[in-house]
Amino acid sequence: MPAATPGSLESLGSHPAAEPSPDLPPGEAGTSLGREAIRRVVRDPLALVGAFLVVGFVVVAVFAPFLAPFGPNDRVGAVTPTTIPGPSAEHWFGLDSLGRDELSRVIYGARQSLLVGVVSLLLGATVGISVGLLAGAFGGWVDALVMRITDIMLSIPGLLFAIGIAAVLGRSLLSVMIAIAVVNVPIFVRLLRGAMLAQRGSDYVVAVRSLGVRDRDVVLGHILPNSLSPVIVQGTLTLATAIVDAAALAFLGLSGEDPAVPEWGRMLAETQRFLASAPHLAFFPGAAIVLAALGFTLLGESMREALDPKYRR
Amino acid sequence: MSAFEPTVTGSTAAHTSSPVSTATGDEGRRGSVDGSPLLQVRGLSVRFTRRGRAPVVAVDSVSFQVPAGRSVGLVGESGSGKSVTSLAIMGLLPRRGVEVGGSVTFDGDELLGMGEDRRRSLRGAEMAMVFQDPMSSLNPVVPIGVQVTEVLRRHRDMSRAGARDEAVDLLTRVGIPEGQRRLKDYPHQLSGGMRQRALIAIALACNPRLLVADEPTTALDVTIQAQILDLLRGLVAETGTALVLITHDLGVVAGMCDEVHVMYGGRLVESADRLDLFARPQHPYTTGLLASVPRLDTPRGIPLRPIPGSPTLTRAWTTGCAFEPRCTRSQANCLGDAPPMETVAGHGVRCLHPVTDDQRAAAVGQELP
Repeated sequence: MPAATPGSLESLGSHPAAEPSPDLPPGEAGTSLGREAIRRVVRDPLALVGAFLVVGFVVVAVFAPFLAPFGPNDRVGAVTPTTIPGPSAEHWFGLDSLGRDELSRVIYGARQSLLVGVVSLLLGATVGISVGLLAGAFGGWVDALVMRITDIMLSIPGLLFAIGIAAVLGRSLLSVMIAIAVVNVPIFVRLLRGAMLAQRGSDYVVAVRSLGVRDRDVVLGHILPNSLSPVIVQGTLTLATAIVDAAALAFLGLSGEDPAVPEWGRMLAETQRFLASAPHLAFFPGAAIVLAALGFTLLGESMREALDPKYRR
Repeated sequence: MSAFEPTVTGSTAAHTSSPVSTATGDEGRRGSVDGSPLLQVRGLSVRFTRRGRAPVVAVDSVSFQVPAGRSVGLVGESGSGKSVTSLAIMGLLPRRGVEVGGSVTFDGDELLGMGEDRRRSLRGAEMAMVFQDPMSSLNPVVPIGVQVTEVLRRHRDMSRAGARDEAVDLLTRVGIPEGQRRLKDYPHQLSGGMRQRALIAIALACNPRLLVADEPTTALDVTIQAQILDLLRGLVAETGTALVLITHDLGVVAGMCDEVHVMYGGRLVESADRLDLFARPQHPYTTGLLASVPRLDTPRGIPLRPIPGSPTLTRAWTTGCAFEPRCTRSQANCLGDAPPMETVAGHGVRCLHPVTDDQRAAAVGQELP
């Protein structure tokens, strides 16, 4: 699969004298697949932009208390509904409708987005991978049943589905996470199951079976590791959609119980009344959502190219 | 491989007392030391069934036997059923959509219908297989070391460290130097020849009594082919492993095998001791195969002499001889019932009009006009 520099390997192989001592070119020796993929990602400028955005997003979220100039709920300036100060030297992103520092709120909002994104991804991926593994490993009626349920879930528009689940579960951060996770489960199921089916008939699987390796070990030790790369890519992309979905749910009023916690989607929703007088209140949270999602998308796409042999040059 | 000289390899005589006939239905003349062959295939047939369509008969009443420590070649072109035969012996055919009939016994135990658990514990330990394409037969995301030690840990209950040491030994034995370092390498870091060596190391890890090699050198270039064949020959001789070598290359068979079975359209058409087969080929397909191989002493400018037609011209055996559409010797009675396997002095031929010694002698003059 990973035909790294086929030229050099071929020439070594065909040279009889070189056969007994196949010293690979210096850069090639000891290159694991993961390192090779990282090398490819690093060479891709779009991937670097994505990685930069992602790292920036995570740093901002983790170190929010140190980076934010003010507390997220400190009223640091006087505002009236018609005079909300825009960006200034003191308040880079201006103030919000309650006189709080908008920059600090956007910074603290990253925490919420990252939390929702990561937890819902882990939840969705764990369930999705487990179910996909069952379907891909057993086939037969297990597979048929799982895939029909998956089809039904995928036929419901994702955001609508998430709204429904979050509404049923009640207004809490956990229900938002569960809602977004549930929407992503069928995507992981289908992806992993498809990748495993493609691997099942491959030569190395027959070869491993010819050695009497147990089915469980064939699936977990050989088929699964070869099927994970699309899942890893999907995980990165899912973080992007999870952040957007979380914002959308918050915009619609489905988010954590505590309205004091800054949340990008809710900030957007609250700003609706002031759109004419304070457009910066819509711009900054919106830009934050876009940049975070863009970062994960760019990184995910370039990882897809790095991990998928079809894109290999 | 143009090595057609039938040199007798050292492994031949060590394990059996006399040349053994393995032709169909010739059970009276078992010749291996302990009286019964290691692998006995009787009337093996494999049908691929498809919903709503006629089943495809890939292998049809194939019978042969492999005495312990001997090398048997299965020769045929693409689609002749040789790979399916090997997969059926190993029990690696998919369970759904495949009907396997007949009997395959290994050391007296019937393999067909044996429980999957028992079969699995035979596979890799008692019988192992080397596949055609070393590029795709190793797991690309698992280091070589793990792939070699896996079989040791599975069948020989070795500890992780013990298996690792054994793996280094194995890699050294198959000619991969610096085994310790190679264990951490991934398949893409090895050349094609090295990968096939690694696969052979894995197959021989537990000293199996039977090794099935399915076109082990087809995907390799010629110099590497020779090295891999030398390696296989040496290891088989050294360990006393019986070998079923599946190939389309008569040159490979000439250098490796004690007995040869030629397959066409899913059936054996000629079975003989190697020396006998190359000296006195009787089936028109075998003679065609031999004539189609260019030889070093063939003058330049002489066109190759391929067998006319292609394997797709095959007729179903139920309506006569499958080779008839491509056969230069076909006559009216070739259509009708399938010709039976006629065995004379250990040399079996499935043909109503086999090439006789006189005709062969007469043809020698015409071969080089």
